[in-house]
Order: sequence, then structure tokens, then C-alpha cells
Amino acid sequence: MSRMAATRDGYGQALLELADNDRVVVLEADLGKSTKSLHFRKEYPERTISCGIGEQNMLLVSAGMASSGYIPFASTFAIFTERAFEQMRNGVARPNLAVHLCGSHGGTHTGTDGSSAQSIEDLAIYRTLPNVTVLHPCDDVSTRLLTKQLADSNKPSYMRTARNKTPVLYDDVDQSTIQIGKGIELREGNDVAIIACGVLVSEALKAAEDLSQQGIQATVIDMHTIKPLDTDLVDKVASRCGAIVTAEDHSVIGGLGGAVSEHLSTSSCTPLERVGVKDRFGESGQADEMLELMELSAPHIAKAAHRAMNRK
Amino acid sequence: MSASISELEELARRCRIEIVKMVYRAQAGHPGGSLSEIDLIAALYSTTMRVRPEDPDWADRDRFILSKGHASPGMYALLAEKGFIQHQDLHSYRVLGGICQGHVDMKWCPGVDFSAGSLGMGLSFGMGCALAARLDGSERRAFVMLGDGEIQEGSIWEAAMAATHHELGNLKVILDRNRIQNDDFCQEQMRMFDIPAKWKAFGWNVKEIDGHNMEEIVEGIKFLDSSNDGPSILIAHTIKGKGVSFMEDNPSFHGAAPNDEQYALAMSELGVVE
Ligand SMILES: Cc1ncc(C[n+]2csc(CCOP(=O)(O)OP(=O)(O)O)c2C)c(N)n1
Repeated sequence: MSRMAATRDGYGQALLELADNDRVVVLEADLGKSTKSLHFRKEYPERTISCGIGEQNMLLVSAGMASSGYIPFASTFAIFTERAFEQMRNGVARPNLAVHLCGSHGGTHTGTDGSSAQSIEDLAIYRTLPNVTVLHPCDDVSTRLLTKQLADSNKPSYMRTARNKTPVLYDDVDQSTIQIGKGIELREGNDVAIIACGVLVSEALKAAEDLSQQGIQATVIDMHTIKPLDTDLVDKVASRCGAIVTAEDHSVIGGLGGAVSEHLSTSSCTPLERVGVKDRFGESGQADEMLELMELSAPHIAKAAHRAMNRK
Repeated sequence: MSASISELEELARRCRIEIVKMVYRAQAGHPGGSLSEIDLIAALYSTTMRVRPEDPDWADRDRFILSKGHASPGMYALLAEKGFIQHQDLHSYRVLGGICQGHVDMKWCPGVDFSAGSLGMGLSFGMGCALAARLDGSERRAFVMLGDGEIQEGSIWEAAMAATHHELGNLKVILDRNRIQNDDFCQEQMRMFDIPAKWKAFGWNVKEIDGHNMEEIVEGIKFLDSSNDGPSILIAHTIKGKGVSFMEDNPSFHGAAPNDEQYALAMSELGVVE
């Protein structure tokens, strides 16, 4: 489990593997080197459409192509996808066109570029759109597999990837367990359940390790699909553990924590603590410094687990 | 405040050294567009900008909006030279808690009038500053620095049309025409054809200059100063990475830091004697 990789590399790899399907097209907005669509561009320039620095145009060009039978994969930084939010809403989600939007460099983990580049609201906003699948995988393997599944999904999607390397979790697992809409139970315990996504999944595993030293057994779930949420799994671990922590490099408002609490408020009275960015903007800092500053790292997740358990 | 041509050139050279140092120390950041813009910013602040370094929030100051906010090292170097910030502050570039954030930010750094980082936003913001100045009956002006890749954003053209509609003679743009954007040359990413003709068609006063020839730059700024019947734009033909041989005209140094050897070479090319 020592390999380190960035999820954006899994995305780039998936596009290459999808190229056999000649309906797959790739759209860029001058960040292909960063989102990793550049590999596809090099091999298949005729199926790669440069939109210049024009995200709004990119989204609707994608919609037009989807309406004509193509399968567009469009990418830019997560933050700059947001400039085209209304295009995504009215031009893509409303007519239910299978445009696949990928936002790389999501979260404060993206680092020293600073607050203007650190999207902490993307999961929240895309989650509000009917028809749109929202994903935020935690390693390059799952990113690659989930991206490939999107091509057959016939629905629009938003996927967040991250800039920096994190531990790879799925090199040696049965790949059929990685499916859109199905959370993955990485560790089983009965005291508290930590439901995490993206770069915080490996932090959640560290937190569970620390908790076990204190005699607390934590379940850890990689909830790579934020929408549709795997509510069966949430209910299952809520009744088994009786306390829940959500963890994401995203605002505490509206993302994974929002989705899980919205669901739980209709199904059980399980205490829940949300680890996330506390309604503030980020700033320039190294990835690990940002996880500390924003109180997202393993020790903060473990503390939140205690708080949740105390409320049982 | 009138500096001689050689003083301006010397100021820009010192700024170039600081730009390369900042990016080298951070091992991240955007040297290319900082080196292409710096002659223009140095001349602008030295010849026409009405600002008070000791009172950076002075309400009637001219505004400078670095819309291509990734080219922040250029801005920080100039702010340090002009006394808005200390040279020591340049060490805080991209460092946790530092006033020199990755992208220029008005909430963090004195002398910065706009929180940038997302391209295509500064011209509309500048238009707002210009309109506010007019409503206040103030003589102050808004200067906006745009990148050439940046003008591919549709919002730039919304603002370009609106500024003419509102006859904003106090809105003045400098376009850093360095022909390179993030992934590659503009020519590869999005051909823009006749850029001066586009701005003219939108009703702007347009002048083109060599953006590294200080005499032409000073003339160009005089053109901006004196065109007050509507918005005006100075299109400065520049070289991305100007002043450091291996960065010049090289898309790889849009957003990459030099290594140790490259750094040493850059310092010697910029006339630093150890
Ligand atoms: C809306 C938006 N899209 C994408 C980016 C990412 N980005 C940062 S710099 C850059 C290229 C800018 O090129 P240009 O405007 O020519 O700047 P310069 O060459 O002067 O550095 C891109 C695409 C961004 N900052 N904002």
C-alpha cells in the first residue's frame, strides 16, 4: 500500500483507455496539462477540442456534441468549472445530456496557488442538480475505473480529482467492487463510522488506526459517489455503530457531510460530526499544511469521532 | 515623478531578479508572465500612477488591477520597490500565512486592488472602479493588466462592449501580448487573429508598442493618459520569460520554477554578481 499517485492521473489514463470508443471526445480549456487530458490530446488530436480559456463555451459545446451522439469528457480546474455552473444546469443537466465534467485540483489540498484555486463548494453545487452524478474518488485506480463507467452511464456527471499524490488503496482489490453509487467499506468496526471521500479517505484510515490504539473500533467508508448517495450503506453503518463522522476536503456546507446528514435526518437519530472546511476560504500553503490549518487531518477526524461517540 | 529611461530599465531589472528569486524559493509559481509584464508595470507606477505607498488605501488613488493574477511575483516585486511592502515580505510568497499569496489578493497585500486568480474578471472589476470614480466626481483612473490568453474569456468582451457603451475614458487597459498561455502557444490553443481590430471594433482607442522598449512604453502610457474620450488599450508585444534565456518564449515556464542550475544561470543573466 505504499504507492502514491494523484487521482488526476487516473483520469488521464481512463481517457486513453476509453479511446477505443470512437464516440468519446475530449474538451479542454487550456488546462489539459494539469487535468491530464493532454495524454488523450497527444494520441487523438482529431477528437480533442481546444476551447481556449473559455469554460462556459466548453460546457455548451460539450452539450451540443452529446446531443449529436458523442460522449464528451470536458475538464478544467474544479474551481473554473464553477464559472460554467449555469451552463451545466440549464444546458447539460436540464436536458439530461451525458456530458462528463471533471474538475481537477479540487479542495484546499491543491496548495500554494491559494484560495482562488481551491474549490471547496463544487460537490455542494453540482449535487443540487437533478440528473447529475457526483463523484470524488480517493485514488488513481478508482478514478480510472469510475471514469470508464461514466462513459456508459448515459447521464451527465461531475467528478472532482485532486492535484497532489495520496496513497493508492485499490491496487490489489477486486476491481468489480468499485462501482458508481456503491460506497466501499475499507475497515469494519462497531463504535463509530467514518464516511470520507477523496484525499481524506487515507486520513480517515489513519484516524481509525489511532482510534484502535485507544480501543475504539471504527468503520471507514470510501464514499466516492456523493450522488446518488449509497443510503443503504449509510443506514447500515448508522445502526451498527450509532455514531458517524463525515470527512471531506470541502466546505462543511452541502457536500458529503451535507448529503449524509440530509439523509440521516429522515431515517435515524444517529449523532453525526462533519469534518470539513468550516465556512471560510483557504489560502496559500503546502497540501499537508492546509489539511492541518483547515483541521481536516487524521487527528481532527479522530477528535470528531470522540465527539460523535459522546453524543450517543 | 518622472524617471529616466535608464532608471526605469534598472528598476525592471531589479524586479526581474526578485521575480526569479520568489519562484525559485517557492519552487512554484508563474515566472513567464511576470517577466513579460514587468517593464510595463514598472513604467506605469513610475510615470503615471497616482498612489501613496504610505497610505495604500487612499480613496482617491488610481487603481491597478492585475487581472492575470497568477503573474503576482511581478506585482509583489514592484510593490516592494515602491515601498508598499518590505523586501522581506517577498519571502512570504506562497508561504503559509504570508501576505504574498499565490495569486494577488486585496485582502492580504497592501497596494493590491483586486483579488485575482480567476481569469477574465479584472476588466469588469476595473469598469466598476471607473464608474464609481465618475459617480464620485473623482479624477482617479482604473488601469487593468490583461493576459492575451485571458482575453479568450467571454466576460472580457462583455466588459469591452459595456465600457464603450458607458464611455469610460478613465478605464485603461494594458494587454500583455506574450503569445503564450498555459498549455501552449495561443496560436495552438485558440487563434485570436487580429486582436487590435477586435478592440477597435468594440470602440476602444488602440495603440500597439514593443512592451520591452522603455521609450515606447513611456509613449504608450502617455497615450493611455491622454485618451479620455472612451476606454483605451495599449497592446504591448512582449516575450514571455523576458530576460532569462531559457524561459524566453518557452511555454514550459508559464508555471514552473527553475532548478538550482537554472537559477544560477538566471541570476548571472540578470546581472547578479555573487
Ligand atoms: C477562469 C480561469 N481559467 C483557467 C485558469 C488557469 N490558468 C492560469 S494562467 C492560465 C494561462 C493564462 O495565459 P495568459 O492570460 O496569456 O497569461 P500570461 O501568459 O501573461 O501568463 C490559465 C489557463 C484561470 N486562472 N482562470
